[in-house]
Amino acid sequence: MNLSQLNPGERGTIVAFTDLEMSVKLMEMGCLPGEIVEVERFAPLGDPIAIRVAGYQLCLRKNEASVIIIT
Amino acid sequence: MSDILKIALVGNPNTGKSTLFNLLTGLNQKIGNFPGITVDKKVGYCKLTTDLQAEVTDLPGTYSLYPKSKDESIVFQVLADKQNPSHPDMVVVVADATNLRRNLLLYSQVADLNLPVVLALNMTDMARKEGINIDVDKLSARLGIQVVAISARSKTGLTELKQAISNITSIATQEKGADIKVLADLAIEEVKALVGTDNDYYALQLLHQHEHLDFFKDKYEQFEIIERAHHFESSKLQAAETISRYRYLSTILSGVIEDTGAAKKFVVSDRIDSILTNRFWGFFIFLFILFFVFNAIFSWATYPMDLIEESFAWLTSFGHEHLPAGVLTDLVLDGVVAGLGGIVIFIPQIAILFAFISILEDTGYMARVTFMMDKIMRKFGLSGRSVVPMIGSLACAVPSIMSARTIESWKDRMITIMVAPLVSCSARLPVYTLLIGLIIPDEKVLGIISLQALTLMGMYLISIVAAMVVALVMKFIIKAKEKSYFIMELPVYRMPRWKNVLYTMYEKSKTFVFEAGKVIIAISIVLWVLASYGPSARFDSIEKKYAQIELQQDSVKVSTLERDKAAEKLENSYAGILGHTIEPVIRPLGFDWKIGIALITSFAAREAFVGTMATIYSVDNGMDNEGTMRDKMRVAKDANTGLPLFTFATGASLMLFYAFAMQCMSTVAVVYRETKSWKWPLIQTVYMTAMAYIASLIAYQFLK
Repeated sequence: MNLSQLNPGERGTIVAFTDLEMSVKLMEMGCLPGEIVEVERFAPLGDPIAIRVAGYQLCLRKNEASVIIIT
Repeated sequence: MSDILKIALVGNPNTGKSTLFNLLTGLNQKIGNFPGITVDKKVGYCKLTTDLQAEVTDLPGTYSLYPKSKDESIVFQVLADKQNPSHPDMVVVVADATNLRRNLLLYSQVADLNLPVVLALNMTDMARKEGINIDVDKLSARLGIQVVAISARSKTGLTELKQAISNITSIATQEKGADIKVLADLAIEEVKALVGTDNDYYALQLLHQHEHLDFFKDKYEQFEIIERAHHFESSKLQAAETISRYRYLSTILSGVIEDTGAAKKFVVSDRIDSILTNRFWGFFIFLFILFFVFNAIFSWATYPMDLIEESFAWLTSFGHEHLPAGVLTDLVLDGVVAGLGGIVIFIPQIAILFAFISILEDTGYMARVTFMMDKIMRKFGLSGRSVVPMIGSLACAVPSIMSARTIESWKDRMITIMVAPLVSCSARLPVYTLLIGLIIPDEKVLGIISLQALTLMGMYLISIVAAMVVALVMKFIIKAKEKSYFIMELPVYRMPRWKNVLYTMYEKSKTFVFEAGKVIIAISIVLWVLASYGPSARFDSIEKKYAQIELQQDSVKVSTLERDKAAEKLENSYAGILGHTIEPVIRPLGFDWKIGIALITSFAAREAFVGTMATIYSVDNGMDNEGTMRDKMRVAKDANTGLPLFTFATGASLMLFYAFAMQCMSTVAVVYRETKSWKWPLIQTVYMTAMAYIASLIAYQFLK
């Protein structure tokens, strides 16, 4: 399962990334394997999404969220 | 170390780095350019101790030394290149204490470059409130550097920070943040030999970034050879490095951070978000805020703008009365002073616009706007981050194009810059007002809505639609070098820092005056010369003709003598000749040579239209009676056909021309400054003017 499949209020643990280049940027922003992520809300038009990770709020597009594999 | 200690401020975005910079340096700062790139360089001076001065450079906020945007690429370049004039003696890393681990990632990269470094833990008061306790002494011992807890907002810890900075030795004391050698051992050794360094991390960074570094351009081939020989995979190694750094930071921070209540700290921010980014209310609130900002830009700026206009008018007339009459006086007053006035007049709107932008950014609302708008903007080849410059362009494209710098993706940023001037700015307003009054009857639709106001709104709508359509076209034309992405921190809502707001207003106005000012003044002088001089044979005969009229003492003719003479001179000036020359080209749009002159002068700035029309239709400028001018324009006849010149068709065609044409030297200048190339402003001028011509042509030919 990947992060873009979660609904607001749902959470998961980051396991891996499917895009190497994107993974560097995401890890720099605190999205590390082992971190718990929670989807906080969708933008009014459904995309991008806002997530809570590593103690702060991050927003990203759904296609970017889809490279984050979670359990 | 020199007598003046050079300090670089480095940190993540939203850490209060700029607040600290303002606090350290006060108004004692200046903005320059980093050589060769568009990024603004903020430098300030501060006194550390009685006999130690510091030069502080505020580097753009970044999450990592691997750059993602134009702003960020400067950080590594300044820190790594010892030849760079901004290369610091030491670095102050500013870290947000409420999110320490992510902030320390950048610290550990900077530390490995082996520059002397001090860590400033900002927002420690906020962290304490949120239940985060940090053992500063333990952290300091483990990192091997001085760590100072500060709060830039409540101004605590500053003395200690200055003390720590002045204590710094020229030798770096920090522990290594990652085992670099294991990442690419042999390649690193070869780079070290190639550039003559003993720093592993520096060598590794050079391998990653050499494509973008000017200071090793000559060694580009050698870097490529090393990369190929050792199968250097940039992304993979960056990922491995990041993971290894976080592992190191976890051991550093265990026992240093004690977090007692992380859950409760977002309650307020969450509640605000559930209203401001609500599915239904979100856009509604955004539109309301927009409306408020616009109203403020138009209404609040009126008084200072009137004042500036009057002051310059007074200065000009005072100068003409008291300075010796002559060419030099005319040049200074009608060329330079008039040009200066044309720049200064925009300061109130720029300052107000940036005050609002800075407040919206500081509170965290702007991040939410980009979050909400991203999906719509993306359809047109823009990104959520383009919203701010597009909105700002309704006031003035110049500061808006400057604010496009925060857009990370190069393609999104270029498209934003390219279409921003299409959005109807405030300088078009006087043109629209004059022409609408001329061609649209003052009637009400459905009894309440003014037809003229409706037309004006229509002009604004047309401009926004045009900008979006062009963006869509450019989305397919401009080739992107990198992927566009939108991964952005949503900072918690905070009260704006009023001092930062003031600094932003001051800084943006100053940049505008100095950067755009140079070009505008030059163009104003050229225009003045073109409009004041003509072939001497023609001017001589005009002088003779009016000298004779004066001798005849014909009271009717003498009363209008000066005006008639000025009008005839203008017609025969170089500008007038130019107007006649372009007449065949603009005839199909319904314009005659007089409008042609206005078009030419408008290429410096659109608002010159009204002034030029006033001169051409020989209206007494001192009276500045628009009604009179409008009446004169209304009765103006076409010289060839004898029919009224300003028909509905001509007026509509002219308005469309002003809506689309690139008639603003300041914008051209700022686009050049932002893109550092004449290519983009040239393309922009050509496509906008072509669009204007075609739109006007179609409008006139259909309506006439």
